[in-house]
Amino acid sequence: MSTDAISQKAPAAAAAAAKIRKAQQDPALVRWGLTFLALGVIGILVIIPVINVFTVAFSHGVGVYFDNLFANKDTFHAIKLTLTVVPIAVAANLIFGISAAWAIARFSFPGRALLTALIDLPFAVSPVVAGLSFVLIFGLQGYLGPFLREDGYSAMPYLVSAFAALISGLVYFLLLPGNPNARTGIWRYPWAAAIAVAVITFAVLFFLQQYFQVWPKKESLKVIFAIPGLVLATAFVTFPFVARELIPTMEAVGSDEELAAVTLGASGWQMFWHVTIPNIKWGLAYGIILCNARAMGEFGAVYVVSGHIAGKTDTMPLRIEKLFQEFNLEGSYAVASVLTLLAIITLIIKTRLERKVPASATAPGPMKPNTNEEDV
Amino acid sequence: MSILINGVSKTFGSFKALDNVNLEVPDGSLLALLGPSGSGKTTLLRIIAGLEIADSGTVVHQNEDITHHPPRDRKVGFVFQHYALFRHMTVAENIGFGLRMRKVSKAKIEERVRELLQLIRLEGLGSRYPGQLSGGQRQRVALARSLAAQPRVLLLDEPFGALDAKVRQELRHWLRKLHKEIHVTSIFVTHDQEEALEVADKVVVMNEGRIEQIGTPEEVYDHPKTPFVYQFLGNVNLFHGRVHNGRAHIGGLEVEAPEHADAVHTPAVAYVRPHDFEISKTRNGGGSSWFEATIDQLLAVGPVARLDLKRPGSDEPIQAEISRDQYRDLDLSEGDKVFIRPRRLKLFAGEERPTGT
Repeated sequence: MSTDAISQKAPAAAAAAAKIRKAQQDPALVRWGLTFLALGVIGILVIIPVINVFTVAFSHGVGVYFDNLFANKDTFHAIKLTLTVVPIAVAANLIFGISAAWAIARFSFPGRALLTALIDLPFAVSPVVAGLSFVLIFGLQGYLGPFLREDGYSAMPYLVSAFAALISGLVYFLLLPGNPNARTGIWRYPWAAAIAVAVITFAVLFFLQQYFQVWPKKESLKVIFAIPGLVLATAFVTFPFVARELIPTMEAVGSDEELAAVTLGASGWQMFWHVTIPNIKWGLAYGIILCNARAMGEFGAVYVVSGHIAGKTDTMPLRIEKLFQEFNLEGSYAVASVLTLLAIITLIIKTRLERKVPASATAPGPMKPNTNEEDV
Repeated sequence: MSILINGVSKTFGSFKALDNVNLEVPDGSLLALLGPSGSGKTTLLRIIAGLEIADSGTVVHQNEDITHHPPRDRKVGFVFQHYALFRHMTVAENIGFGLRMRKVSKAKIEERVRELLQLIRLEGLGSRYPGQLSGGQRQRVALARSLAAQPRVLLLDEPFGALDAKVRQELRHWLRKLHKEIHVTSIFVTHDQEEALEVADKVVVMNEGRIEQIGTPEEVYDHPKTPFVYQFLGNVNLFHGRVHNGRAHIGGLEVEAPEHADAVHTPAVAYVRPHDFEISKTRNGGGSSWFEATIDQLLAVGPVARLDLKRPGSDEPIQAEISRDQYRDLDLSEGDKVFIRPRRLKLFAGEERPTGT
């Protein structure tokens, strides 16, 4: 009950409540002191720098600002590159995050605790170290470097057919008839479909590669200093966000509704779309927003794997740094202002979502047993 | 025979949840699985629903082996203890969910939903969300939802466990009536003996993954087959003693035990229900079947008077219940010395299993 309600009902009680409140309160000096300290720190560390970014960016007018962003070929390329790499990394993490959260929240399996711990690994490891580890694997001096350089594309038929096998395996289980008596023919061999698809895909791809050269032969497949490396590094650094957000949400929602859906005749797929997704959508959106924000601003890991080639592998944060080093303050701040703007937009969406996320476990109303107003 | 369970066992890690359970559920019956927590009753229900798979044994449903069928192909309705209503759907959408998943036409779904809302007497609340309903209303919606696709069996997992006493009472009666109306084979799980005895027409008492007794409520209450059933259904007093040549010696008591005629100095346990004691202020000549006790505590609220008695030389309290009238006639008060006699007792000889309450 709020204090207003009390005062309307009984002024005497309100006075007593005020007294209690006073007794529980800290002295004015402490209250004001702490408030000023908090506001002061935020002002110096956050507000003034953000304002400064925009002031410097626009210091020579709006025209110069947009020239800095769009007329400069390398800067414009950096913006485009970031807008290419980030969605791929976020999409990859979305799929990974949902799978991992589902596995952890719904099943118990050997290695569950390890998986939970490993999801947090990117938070613990310095991004530079993450970048270096990719260089160590895919770089010229790395384990796979010489092969990738010699004839990297020859790995493509293998990769694509393995991927096809994975997808066909998933599709197989989604289409599998529930009733064991209805499982005839191919449905009696669970692994056959995936293996068959893998073999056929591989044969077709190998044939095409042999005679029509789908991928260039004897050419190096660039991972490091190229887009694949950027995507890998970005995805690695941001992969906890979606899973971290979903695990508690899914645990709070529980599996009862999903089981109910199954007993009511929903297939696994129907259950996922009609029950699971609506229940976790706000948590999911929140995770994607955070993941996206972090992916756009990623510097350390990307710095190591990108090679910093202007107009080729420079993303926005890298471009900012380069322009800054070249004493092009306005150009650098112009790009920075775009990132800052994106951050502010993210913050606004995040705050909006935050109001819905904790409620998602109970929305649209509390599901606790409520035994009032009974009329059986 | 609607459902036939043959030798079903289920183990979780090192915990044996079900141990070779056999059960027949006749068509159209309302059956209660009654037992303490950990007795395996919910596991059995989930195995029938297909939410768990038995380690061994089979589940046969109208002559069809459904042991390995997934839940969606079993045509069962399942009602969860905490309702498990879809919180983002309205009441009507919740009830129509099963039909929607089975691609039934919209008009037909609407018709069926209207029908069911009438059945659960929540007409006009179809557009509400579960969060806007009371607990009892939610449980009825959950029931309607599970009935929507016309299941062959209705399974209810502690359906009234999360409700308060008054609502629970009302819903019990309602469920009983509903079952008479629609006559769908129903199995419900409960740990509340009163609920099982009151609602079901057949009670299955379970303990430690085994079935202790199957019977009508009267059978299990009046003729318990095992000490566990005796203890679990209602309060009971326990006396240790021996049987020898058809006579039982319990404390100072000696009673006939013709069913144990060939027993030779076998340890035995006797159970006496509190309301099966006769109480008198004098040892009216009855000889060895009466024994002496003092009233330790007395509670005379409601239709019965409850007495806590103590025998001289024994610390174990004896609970007895007598009617208010009798209590008034005897004019009892705390500290009085009385004579008591078990009117009925149940003897289990060769008691090997520990029977903790």
